[in-house]
Amino acid sequence: MAADSYEDVAKSKDTIPALEVQPQDLYHAKSFWTKYIFCQDAKVIGIQYGLTAVAIGLVGLASSWLMRMQIAFPGVIPMDPAAYYQLVTMHGMIMVVYLLTALFLGGFGNFLIPLMVGARDMVFPYVNMVSYWVFFLAVIILAASYFVPGGPTGAGWTLYPPQAITSGTPGGDGLGIVLMLVSLAVFVIGFTMGGLNYVITILQARTRGMTLMRLPLTVWGIFTATVLALFAFPALFVAGIMMTLDNMLGTSFFMPAIVQFGEQMTHEGGSPILFQHLFWFFGHPEVYIVALPAFGIVSDLISVHARKNIFGYRMMVWAIVIIGALSFIVWAHHMYVAGMNPWFGFFFATTTLIIAVPTAIKVYNWVLTLWRGNIRLTLPMLFSIAFIITFVNGGLTGLFLGNVAVDVPLSDTYFVVAHFHMVMGIAPVLVILGSIYHWFPLITGRFLNERLGRIHFWVTFIGSYAIYFPMHYLGFMGVTRRYYEVFEGEAFTYSITGINQFITIAALITGAVQFLFFYNIIVSSKRGKKAGKNPWKACSLEWRTEEVPPTHGNFGKELPVVYRWAYDFSVPGADKDYITQDTPPSAVANAKVEQT
Amino acid sequence: MEDSSSTVKIVVPPKQSFSKEWASDQKAFKGVPWGKAMMWIFLVSDTFVFSIFLISYMTVRFSTKAEWPNASEVFGLHVGHYNVPLLLIAIMTFILITSSGTMALAVKYGYERNRKMCGYLMLATAIFGASFVGMQAFEWTKLISEGVRPWENPFGAPQFGAIFFMITGFHGTHVTIGVIFLFIMTRKVFRGDFDTGRRGFFTSQKSHYEAIEIMGLYWHFVDLVWVFIFAFFYLW
Repeated sequence: MAADSYEDVAKSKDTIPALEVQPQDLYHAKSFWTKYIFCQDAKVIGIQYGLTAVAIGLVGLASSWLMRMQIAFPGVIPMDPAAYYQLVTMHGMIMVVYLLTALFLGGFGNFLIPLMVGARDMVFPYVNMVSYWVFFLAVIILAASYFVPGGPTGAGWTLYPPQAITSGTPGGDGLGIVLMLVSLAVFVIGFTMGGLNYVITILQARTRGMTLMRLPLTVWGIFTATVLALFAFPALFVAGIMMTLDNMLGTSFFMPAIVQFGEQMTHEGGSPILFQHLFWFFGHPEVYIVALPAFGIVSDLISVHARKNIFGYRMMVWAIVIIGALSFIVWAHHMYVAGMNPWFGFFFATTTLIIAVPTAIKVYNWVLTLWRGNIRLTLPMLFSIAFIITFVNGGLTGLFLGNVAVDVPLSDTYFVVAHFHMVMGIAPVLVILGSIYHWFPLITGRFLNERLGRIHFWVTFIGSYAIYFPMHYLGFMGVTRRYYEVFEGEAFTYSITGINQFITIAALITGAVQFLFFYNIIVSSKRGKKAGKNPWKACSLEWRTEEVPPTHGNFGKELPVVYRWAYDFSVPGADKDYITQDTPPSAVANAKVEQT
Repeated sequence: MEDSSSTVKIVVPPKQSFSKEWASDQKAFKGVPWGKAMMWIFLVSDTFVFSIFLISYMTVRFSTKAEWPNASEVFGLHVGHYNVPLLLIAIMTFILITSSGTMALAVKYGYERNRKMCGYLMLATAIFGASFVGMQAFEWTKLISEGVRPWENPFGAPQFGAIFFMITGFHGTHVTIGVIFLFIMTRKVFRGDFDTGRRGFFTSQKSHYEAIEIMGLYWHFVDLVWVFIFAFFYLW
C-alpha cells in the first residue's frame, strides 16, 4: 500500500457510520482554580482521585507496619490492644475502599475511559467533578476520626455489630464508629455520581465504529466493576445508616438484648446477622470491584508487551460479565461460621466454586496470550506476569476456603489473611504498579526510570511472597488472626515467633521500597526520558491523541473513527507489527486481518 | 468544540432488535439522551437502596420478640365519632399518585413546547409533592405526640417506630429533594430557559426540555417506591 494514496483510498472505500452522538460542549477552564482544583477534565479528576487515594493509602501502609511490629517485636513500639485493633480496622477499610476502589474506578476509570472509548470527556463533567470532591470529603471525615476522643473505630474492617457499637470496642461508644459509617455513606454518594458517569460514557458516548466488542478489556473491566459498585454499595449505605441510628438514637436494628459490663443495654430484638448479610452483599462484589479492573488492565498490558492479540477476547469479556453476575450470589461464603443454616453453606459453596470456571478461563487466556508471543520484559510485563502468578496462588487457596468443611477449621486464621491479601491485595496492587509504568508516558510524556523500576519490581514481588507465603503455614498451625499478641508456649512451637519476625522484616522492606517508587515518579515526571507518541506501540485510542500528554477535549478537531479491535498486533502482511484501532481497512489492504 | 453542534447532523438510526443495537457502535440505547440513560441507571441503584430498607424491615420484624403493632389502628384518624383506619395515608397516597399524573402531562406539554401548560403542571406537581411532605410531617407529629420514638413505642415492638421514622424519613427526603428540583424547574420553564437553551448556573450546559422528562422519571420512581412502602408497611 503506497503511503501517498492513503487519504484518497480511505475516503473512497472505508465506510464511516453516521454520527449518533452530539458533539460535547465542554467547559474550558478560565483560571487556575477551574483548571487544577475544581476541574471538569476527567483526566485531571482521575489524577486527583489517584493522588488522594494514595495519600490515604499511605496511612494504611503505616498501619500495617505498626501492626507487624506489634506482632513480631512486641514492646518495641508501645501500644495497647485498643490501638492495635484500630490499626487493623483502619488498614483494612482504607486499603479496600479508599485506596483500591477509588484508585481503580476513580483514578484509572476517569483517566482512561474517555480516552479509550474515543470521547472528549465524561458525559457530565460537572457531576464528575462533584464526585471527586465528595470523595475527598469522605477521606477527610475518615481522617478526622483519628483526632476525636477515643480515636478511630477498632471493630475490624467488617464492623460487625454488636461489638462495633459497644463501649468495650475502641471508638465504639465515641465518635470513631460514627465517623467511619458517615464517611462510608459519603463515599457511596460520591462514587454513585462518578459511577453513573463511567457507565453512561461507555454505553452512550463511544466514538464512531467503537462497538462494545471492540472496547479494550480495560474498559470492560472498569465498566463491569462500576455496575457492580452501583448495585452493591446501596447495601453498605443502608447498613451504615441503620448502624448509625442504632448507635446515635438507640434503635435496635442490629442489636439484640445484650448485657454490657454487667448492665442490661436498652436494645432488644435486633438481628446482628442481618448486618453480616448486608455487609457481605456489599463486601463480596467489592472484591470483584477491585479485581475486575485489574483483570481488564492486565489483559491489555500482556497483549501490548507480548505483541500478540489477546487470546479469546470474547471469552474474556463474557468471563468478566459472568464473574460480575455471580459475585452477587456468593456473599454468605464469608459467613460459614456465623451460625447460618447449613443448607445455606451448601448453596453458597456451590456458587463460589462455580466462579472458578470463568476465572480459570481468564488465567488460561492470559497464559495463552503469552504463549509464543514476542514477550518484552518491560516493567509492565514483569508486573503482569507477577500478577498472574500471584492471582493463581490466591485463587487456589480460595478453593480451600470456599468449601465449608475446609473453611471451618481455617476460619479466622492467618490462612485467610494470606488468601485475601494474595488475591485482592497484592494481585491488584501489582497491576496498579504495572499500569502506572505503562501509562506514565501518557500522563507526563516521560518514562519512569527503568533501573529504579526494576529494583522496585523485584523487591515488591519477592517481598510480598516473603510476607504472605509463610502466613499460609501459620494458618495451618492454627495461629488466629486479629490477635494482639501471639502467645508462646503450649499452643504453638517457638517457630511462630521466628516466622512472624521474618514476615515483619519483609513487610518493612516491601513497604519501604514503595517510597523508591514515589521518588521515581516525582523525579521522572520532570527529568525522565522523553517518551514521544505511543512509546509502547499500542493499538488502543488513548495513544492516538493529537498531543501527548492529551489536552482537555482529548482528541483534535475530529474524533477518531474506529475500524477494528484494540489487539491487532503482529498481523501477517502489515508493514508494522501493530495496527491502531483508527487505521482504516484500505490503509492495510495487504494485511490478513480478521473481521473484528 | 465551541458550538459545533449546529453544523453537525445527528442521526437516530431506526429501531432494531435488542442484540443488534447493543452490538452497534456509539450508543447501546439508540436515541436515548445521556441524562435520561443516567437517570435510569441511578434509579436501578436507588431501587437497591429501598429494597434493602424493606428487606431489613421484614427481617427485623421477624427477629423482634415483641408484638408488632396493628398498623390500621396506629395510623387511624378520629373523624367525628368514627375511627377511620389509614385515612391520612389514603389521602397522601392519592395525592402522590395524582402528582404523577400531572407530571406526565407536564412532560407531554414540554415536548409540545407548550411553555405555559408545562409550567403550570410542573407547579401543580410541586405543590402536590409539598403537601405530601406536609402531611407526612403531620403524621410524624401525631405519632411523636402519642409517644412513638425510634427507640420505643407504646403500641408494641420498638422496631416499629425505628423502621417507620427511617423508611418514611428516607422516602420523604427523596420527595423533598424532588419538590425542590420541581420548583427550580418550574422557574426555568416559565423563564423560557428550555426554549432559549440558557446555560445552567453550575454546569454551564445548555437547558433542554429533556430535563423535564428526566425529572419525571425520578418523580414517578418516588411514587412507585411509596406504593411498595404503603403495601409492606401500612397494609401488612
